[in-house]
Amino acid sequence: MMQFMLLFSRQGKLRLQKWYNAHPDKLKKKITRELITTILARKPKMCSFLEWKDLKIVYKRYASLYFCCAIEQGDNELLTLEIIHRYVELLDKYFGSVCELDIIFNFEKAYFILDELLLGGEIQETSKKNVLKAIAAQDLLQEDEAKVHELRYKNFSNSAPLERISS
Amino acid sequence: MPAVRGDGMRGLAVFISDIRNCKSKEAEVKRINKELANIRSKFKGDKTLDGYQKKKYVCKLLFIFLLGHDIDFGHMEAVNLLSSNKYSEKQIGYLFISVLVNTNSELINLIIQSIKNDLASRNPIHVNLAMQCIANIGSKEMAEAFGYDIPKLLVSGDTMDVVKQSAALCLLKLFRTSQEIIPGGEWTSRIVHLLNDQHLGVVTAAASLIDALVKRNPDEYKACISLAVSRLSRIVTSSYTDLQDYTYYFVPAPWLSVKLLRLLQNYTPPEDPGLRGRLNECLETILNKAQEPPKSKKVQHSNAKNAVLFEAISLIIHHDSEPNLLVRACNQLGQFLSNRETNLRYLALESMCLLATSEFSHEAIKKHQEVVILSMKMEKDVSVRQQAVDLLYAMCDRSNAEEIVQEMLNYLETADYSIREEMVLKVAILAEKYATDYTWYVDVILNLIRIAGDYVSEEVWYRVIQIVINRDDVQGYAAKTVFEALQAPACHENMVKVGGYILGEFGNLIAGDQRSAPIVQFQLLHSKYHLCSSMTRALLLSTYVKFVNLFPEVKSVVQDVFKQDSNLRSADAELQQRSSEYLQLSIIASTDVLATVLEEMPSFPERESSILNVLKKKKPGRVPENEIRPAKGAPSSESSVSHSTANSHVAAVSSAVSADLLGLSTPPSAASSNVGVLLDVLGDNSFAGSGQQSSTAAPQQNTYNPKKFVCKNNGVLFENDLLQIGVKCEFRQHLGRLGLFYGNKTSFPLQNFSTAIVPGEWANKLNVQVKPVDSILEAGAQIQQMINGECTEDYNDAPSLNISFIYNNVPQKLTIKLPMFLNKFFEPTEMNGESFFARWKNLGGNPQKSQVIFRATQGMDLTAARTKLMGFGMALLDNIDPNPDNFVCAGIVHTSTAQIGCLLRLEPNKPAQMYRLTVRSSKESVSQEVCELLSDQF
Repeated sequence: MMQFMLLFSRQGKLRLQKWYNAHPDKLKKKITRELITTILARKPKMCSFLEWKDLKIVYKRYASLYFCCAIEQGDNELLTLEIIHRYVELLDKYFGSVCELDIIFNFEKAYFILDELLLGGEIQETSKKNVLKAIAAQDLLQEDEAKVHELRYKNFSNSAPLERISS
Repeated sequence: MPAVRGDGMRGLAVFISDIRNCKSKEAEVKRINKELANIRSKFKGDKTLDGYQKKKYVCKLLFIFLLGHDIDFGHMEAVNLLSSNKYSEKQIGYLFISVLVNTNSELINLIIQSIKNDLASRNPIHVNLAMQCIANIGSKEMAEAFGYDIPKLLVSGDTMDVVKQSAALCLLKLFRTSQEIIPGGEWTSRIVHLLNDQHLGVVTAAASLIDALVKRNPDEYKACISLAVSRLSRIVTSSYTDLQDYTYYFVPAPWLSVKLLRLLQNYTPPEDPGLRGRLNECLETILNKAQEPPKSKKVQHSNAKNAVLFEAISLIIHHDSEPNLLVRACNQLGQFLSNRETNLRYLALESMCLLATSEFSHEAIKKHQEVVILSMKMEKDVSVRQQAVDLLYAMCDRSNAEEIVQEMLNYLETADYSIREEMVLKVAILAEKYATDYTWYVDVILNLIRIAGDYVSEEVWYRVIQIVINRDDVQGYAAKTVFEALQAPACHENMVKVGGYILGEFGNLIAGDQRSAPIVQFQLLHSKYHLCSSMTRALLLSTYVKFVNLFPEVKSVVQDVFKQDSNLRSADAELQQRSSEYLQLSIIASTDVLATVLEEMPSFPERESSILNVLKKKKPGRVPENEIRPAKGAPSSESSVSHSTANSHVAAVSSAVSADLLGLSTPPSAASSNVGVLLDVLGDNSFAGSGQQSSTAAPQQNTYNPKKFVCKNNGVLFENDLLQIGVKCEFRQHLGRLGLFYGNKTSFPLQNFSTAIVPGEWANKLNVQVKPVDSILEAGAQIQQMINGECTEDYNDAPSLNISFIYNNVPQKLTIKLPMFLNKFFEPTEMNGESFFARWKNLGGNPQKSQVIFRATQGMDLTAARTKLMGFGMALLDNIDPNPDNFVCAGIVHTSTAQIGCLLRLEPNKPAQMYRLTVRSSKESVSQEVCELLSDQF
């Protein structure tokens, strides 16, 4: 079971956090700080997995953003990398080519998408089509029917899309 | 200004931009405080706040929280949003609650009410939103509130697939919170059959749930094996186009495949040959596919494919029964060792560690030794190098020990600081385990000290001394080698300690050589003296006085050293005391006395190396084994031999025990002939009717319940008409002392009173010393007997004591169990919830865990249970388990060779009048014994 997922920038700013087990805020902050420091210190060609306390950390960098998951001993590291990738794909599809700013300004959407992909720390739906369908159904319910592409903030800065760089 | 969604949350976007435009941390804090004040006043004062505004402010609070600031209000407004009839408001309400509300919030009842309403909605989107919230918070209260609804949603025929998926994982979360919510009976089969569902998303979610359920009760869910195998078989034989959107980068359903392979790892290989054959076919297919050319160059393709492959290999290792598959797995992983992806090399090394411990694949792993050694030396990433070290350790056996140890020693000189200590332990263990020639062993350990002295722990150098003392074939060599090592101008303090100790014992063996004459040895050691800590100096002072005995010619030089102010008047009390006592000893004592006092150390009792335990403690849960498991069903000849000898020993012991029991139940014939006398003496007619029985079976029918003393230390251990035995015990670390108080209740003396320990299984693990006792116990008098115990290893049960005496010419004999149970050697360990759960999870593996479910025999008196647990010796930890009725405890069993950490959880189930006890410890036998001891206490 995944214990938590953190998204943070190259500058060490936390952009999204999702905890699948209850912890006191103080502990969460401590864990976050520790992991951000550890991961930012690692070199690009290093292994994407590390042992941390009794958990395994799986992380991957997409452009300016790091995606970091903590899983348990029995969980599959390689497939966790692909959970991250699937999440990035979903964000990318939803926002157009996604960048860090999309996640900052639409953090709630990023959460809603994640909740469709993972529930209680387990994979819920691996089909990209089905997740996007569920999100579209949610958007349809919203009384102010804004078009998805209006959510773009590209004119804010020229931060590079996440997906493009990685693949 | 960015474009925002309609009139969306313009305010939020503006606020986020403001924050991003802040030039300094102070400016940001200022802006946030301003916003918080604004929101607070809006929430407090403005009664006309509409849903949209509430949503906007709640969203701002959420954003502030995510920036790392504390939020202490707004919860109520968020809860209000839950009952909004606008979806977007509801959704933000739920999001705030998922992120910010703790499980023990007082708002939980309001939240539960809103969830209830949404669960009942006909719109699946609302239902799923509600379930996401349950899965996010997943408190006990929620488990109680929804323990009925969620399972129903899961198996009901008219539930939509998306809802089923959520329901499965939501139920899983609730099950993790409180295990009793899963209904049994017919539900079991309905849940298991979800594996057959048409919808792959439903199957994937259900597989996670079933995996957790199986872990709790493998037998009940056994039916899932065949379903999982056929599902897996269908997936691995399908082409990547068959599964449409569940194919991920040309790999058919990798998530589901991995889940199914994991699920099967809860069981041994299927017994049904057909099923077993099919499963093996699947595994072979997966191995075959690994050899096919990749269908895509993308890393996602290779990751997904290899994720399935690694999981298949895990299953093969878990089954450990198909030599062919095990060897193929080895070869496959061996190929990965030279793959360009660091991730694959890392995982391959990790899996190979497990394969190295299988009888079937151990040899196949050894073929890759060269590559692994290269990995240890050349990998750029320390975590990969660490895996290589672990693998070398695991693959080491008698045939390659010298080479591997040498390579590890070479690498140690440049190894990362973070892994040195562990490497030192590993080298020390391997050198000891596979030493055929102990001079090699001595060389290795001294090299360790030379290369990585700072990382050589006490256990390591204690151990080399123990071994040198116990093996006289190596003593001369050891003395010569340490002498040479000490010549180095700068040598590590640990080297001085080992050198000092060994020369003090065996310096005489090399004293014949002029180059290492006594005075040279002494001067060499003493040249290091001033550079050492006081502990080492103290050790050297003992060496010096030993020299006085070994080499009378250096006596005066040594005495001069003792007399120096820095020693005789040292500020360190220990040094001062040693100097003055050794000085006096050397002046006063005759040569004979000196020789006796300073005699060579006697051999140490042969015991298992304690270094292994240090290693295990350093890395609980994931120490690679250096031990080949006997394959299931085919024990290797070596292990079967040792097994049979162990058995015969046990058999001998148990026959001795049963003989004793026999003696107890059929007393010597003299007893029955004297019944009359006994009755007269007692003068109690009520005994007359059952006289025969009262005499013959005296010890049993009387108050004697040794298990009562599992949880307490003092009290009356035994009482019958003749004798009362009270006990008082004290335990400290691995030592225990028992005072037995024998009281003669009769008006005649008990003669020939004697006691003897009954040999038992614990014998090699617990040293019991019984102090003598007076042979006559006068009428009405009480005598005391002391019994000392030293626990050297964990053991089962407790020693028994035979007590025999003659009462009124009738020999009496009884056997009582001494309250020297393993738990007495517990040291309570306080810890907080975080470290408790971390350890708990760490010890989750099956062999370390022991669990019993038993019926409450004494009502469900939780206060009494609490008292008992407190007396058990572990620390009773409050406020750790989310359920206040549950008890959790932590403690360390002290033995002289090891300390074994142990965690315990006792869960009362009031309605069923049952308890469930789970014990986890770093050692299987300890978990079992603790379970055993406690299981009839409540």
